[in-house]
Amino acid sequence: MMDNPYIPFSSEILDIIRHTEKEYTFRMAFDGEVRPGQFFEVSIPKYGEAPISVSGIGPGYVDLTIRRVGRVTGEVFERREGAALLLRGPYGNGFELSQYAQGETVVVAGGTGVSPVRGVIEALSLMPNAKDKYVVAGFRSPDDMLFRDDLARWAERVNLTLTVDGAPEGYTGNVGLVTKYIEGLPIKDVKTAKAIVVGPPPMMKFTIIELQKKGFADENITVSHERKMCCGLGKCGHCRVNDKYICLDGPVFNYAEARDFVD
Amino acid sequence: MGYIVSREGFAEVIAALRDKYRIIAPIRKKGGGRFTDVDVILYGEVTDAAEIELDAKSDYAPKEFLTPLSETLFYFTEQEVKEADLEPKPVLLFGRSCDLHALERLDAIYLRNGKAKDIFYERRRKLVNFVLIGCDKSFKNCFCADMGTNRATEGYAFSVDRVGDEIHADVPDAEIAKIFAARGREEAVTPRYVTENEVHVTVPETIPAAVLKSPLWDEYDTRCINCGRCNFVCPTCSCYTMQDVFYTDNGKVGERRRVAASCMVDGYTNVAGGGQYRRKNGERMRFKVLHKIGDFKKRFGFQMCVGCGRCDDVCPEYISYTNIINKVSAAAQDAGKEAE
Repeated sequence: MMDNPYIPFSSEILDIIRHTEKEYTFRMAFDGEVRPGQFFEVSIPKYGEAPISVSGIGPGYVDLTIRRVGRVTGEVFERREGAALLLRGPYGNGFELSQYAQGETVVVAGGTGVSPVRGVIEALSLMPNAKDKYVVAGFRSPDDMLFRDDLARWAERVNLTLTVDGAPEGYTGNVGLVTKYIEGLPIKDVKTAKAIVVGPPPMMKFTIIELQKKGFADENITVSHERKMCCGLGKCGHCRVNDKYICLDGPVFNYAEARDFVD
Repeated sequence: MGYIVSREGFAEVIAALRDKYRIIAPIRKKGGGRFTDVDVILYGEVTDAAEIELDAKSDYAPKEFLTPLSETLFYFTEQEVKEADLEPKPVLLFGRSCDLHALERLDAIYLRNGKAKDIFYERRRKLVNFVLIGCDKSFKNCFCADMGTNRATEGYAFSVDRVGDEIHADVPDAEIAKIFAARGREEAVTPRYVTENEVHVTVPETIPAAVLKSPLWDEYDTRCINCGRCNFVCPTCSCYTMQDVFYTDNGKVGERRRVAASCMVDGYTNVAGGGQYRRKNGERMRFKVLHKIGDFKKRFGFQMCVGCGRCDDVCPEYISYTNIINKVSAAAQDAGKEAE
């Protein structure tokens, strides 16, 4: 049978970047079109498949940041550089980067939610108006921080607010939920400013409320949703919300549309 | 072309058709039902016309062939991935008008939702030639007339109606018509269909957002036991979960399967790290029902539910889905009035 979209291809692990004990970025060999916010179905035969969002794109590779939480990801963590994983994809719509070229942009991301927007933040940081770009990134604790090197680099180019939910005594950085830092963002023109929000559902909900309070229009807010997905092709049904399939119509949505989603 | 054949003649027709086709039809399993001395009617391959249950509604739907409860997609052997074989013989798939309409719904999801076709579904679908079992009466819990699926005028190879000791068949398929012609007399036949059911539903044109938050769903938090039987008997439910297995005798060899999934059962929405959507059974009921009578239509232009009533037949808690539709309809009306 030709062109069977369920057949995965083999991709070599080029590099592994260890962020925390449980979170690694696997740099996978990949040549092809892909956008930040899209995802791949990653599998290890006999263990299963899991949807993983693209956390970085470069010549001949994509980065997949994976958290060791289940059967498939547990097995992925047993693999080293030079070994292979099976991939299908990329799937989903991804972010439209051109939307964020002009004017001010705020990216609010929490925990592993930073992965799907890492490529977006990277692009923002390279824009000539990077000083008009704001990033609020939150992690559970200093030990849970992802992309430390990137964060340090981004801090020099965009307005980065890095915060942790909680920290041991003596920690000198920001402590508190990302929502705490929205109000104080020195946005000059809230009518045209764009926002991207990605993270766990409660974090997204309350971040959006803060953005709305600050004057952001729903149309200027973009969200990315996470759901269980077994196919990425609009067949398995798990990711459906109302009449939308997160894998086909998303995972990136304009909030003016996503505000009507009822799980 | 229509034909009338005797029962024996029909048995000969089926025997002759078996050269070219596998015959997959509802079969009555004596005593196989949920209670003592209760039968179950499910799908299987038949070798003899007498095995085909023509007089009662099947408990399970013809999707048993198209989307088996568990289907092996690939075999893995070390670095090799091999697609599972499928018997290439064409199939005569027996079902009623509601079931034939249900195939359109499965086609929409598997062949038209998104750019990619589901190749494993498509290869089975291409084998299917539908055989329409006429309905001379409405069965318990049927509401096909209100869903507009009570009649099928095309899309079948032949129809079967038992009238007394004879079988009346409308046979649009020219090759199969020859087989009937050799064993019966020619006469115009219209497959029987019902125009009226005991059960009635009013499906709302639009479902206002307020209905999603309505307290009407709350009773199902406790009444529904999320067993998922309604999904498994539904001719239009199509969700599945991927499942990899490996053989205990040889850990290097294994397979990837897909197994039927239920939006009512725990685990349907679980994401890595413990996230879960729709924890309450009432929320799951809402998700299912509104797909059947609204969300699917928004996407494809026609309703998903075909009104077969199998979900009501099978529910161990005697939850009436048709009652829910009517409650939704009333709630939609109320919400509409409030909005005015």
